[in-house]
Amino acid sequence: MSESAAPTATEYIQHHLTNFTVGHGFWSLNLDTLVTSAVLGLIVFGVMYSVARRITSGVPGKLQAAVEIVIEMVETQVHDSFHGDAKIVAPLALTIFCWVFAINAMDLLPVDFAPDVAALFGIEHWKVVPTTDPNHTFAMSLTVFFLCIFGNFAAKGPGGYLKEALTVPFGPALAPANLIFRIIEDIAKPISLSLRLFGNMYAGEMVFILIGLMPIYLQWLLGAPWAIFHILVITLQAFIFMILSVIYMSMAYESH
Amino acid sequence: MNINATIIGQAITFAILIWFTMKFVWPPVTHALEERAQKIADGLAAAERGKADLAKAEQRSSDALVEARQKAAEIIALSEKRRAEIIEEAKAEAVAEADRVKAAAKAEVEQESFRAREVLRGQVAALAVSGAERILRREIDTKAHADLLSALSAEL
Repeated sequence: MSESAAPTATEYIQHHLTNFTVGHGFWSLNLDTLVTSAVLGLIVFGVMYSVARRITSGVPGKLQAAVEIVIEMVETQVHDSFHGDAKIVAPLALTIFCWVFAINAMDLLPVDFAPDVAALFGIEHWKVVPTTDPNHTFAMSLTVFFLCIFGNFAAKGPGGYLKEALTVPFGPALAPANLIFRIIEDIAKPISLSLRLFGNMYAGEMVFILIGLMPIYLQWLLGAPWAIFHILVITLQAFIFMILSVIYMSMAYESH
Repeated sequence: MNINATIIGQAITFAILIWFTMKFVWPPVTHALEERAQKIADGLAAAERGKADLAKAEQRSSDALVEARQKAAEIIALSEKRRAEIIEEAKAEAVAEADRVKAAAKAEVEQESFRAREVLRGQVAALAVSGAERILRREIDTKAHADLLSALSAEL
């Protein structure tokens, strides 16, 4: 538990669900989200880069084999759902999968670990799972969304994009309805993408916090099964975010 | 759910990571994977070729074996024939030699008997003459009948 003497359950939960924020209003920054995700990004992609730099087409080492397994999995998925020739889609999918996976995996750290370490440095809050911060998930889904719009322009041109927005799915006679549908669809995509990830991880973290409220000798009883189950959730959510992004990108690059 | 400027910071981080992956991670790894796939394909093709070569070599060696066996059989048959021929020749030669020896012996026997007959004839003639001489000594003049007696011995 945290440093203050005997917080109530509500205080404990609230403490764990508060970001370490500096600034006021919109122009404030959740430093825990920014720093944690950046550090994880550095570690994960630093390792991948070190492998990529020394890569051999001969017999691979264990680390190289592990990276290759991930990359081949991503490549297979992208190959199955995306048939355009845009070079960005596969690296985008790899980035999403690895980054989200690493960030989600922070959920498996003991819930008190990060806040306690932060407390040593005099920092009051540290939410260690950036995917439980909607800022993070929306940042990712909106980036994907803008890449989709860019893809639409690149593949079809502004005219083709507008024509598709006006004529699909009901044909030119119902252009206004088509446009409205298209706008709803395009807004729904990034929202559902980000909220799915956020909701899953937030709920998972919440359960860990609740387990953290139990007496210490009983915590393993629920904590262990939930953590084991959460390994699946972590991987699955990373995979879903990746595959949906690939599908959205393929919808952007292919004409209907 | 308080959206703030963090979203901008995260989007920038995300964009940098995407760029980084696209530039430094994805290309070398996929390139290496393709290269390895090519190597494996080459290796499999080479193995396939090796197998075909081995089968060919086996075929050749078994052909050679069959040929050698056939040749050996031919040689054996030939030598068998030659052996029979040699035996026949030897037999014929032996028979000829035996005939020759027999003929020579026969000739010798004939000659011997002829000579014996000559000697016998001479002796019989001498005996007859001496007998006749004894008989006629008293009655016949030896001189008067000498011509007759020598003619008779010549006749015998």
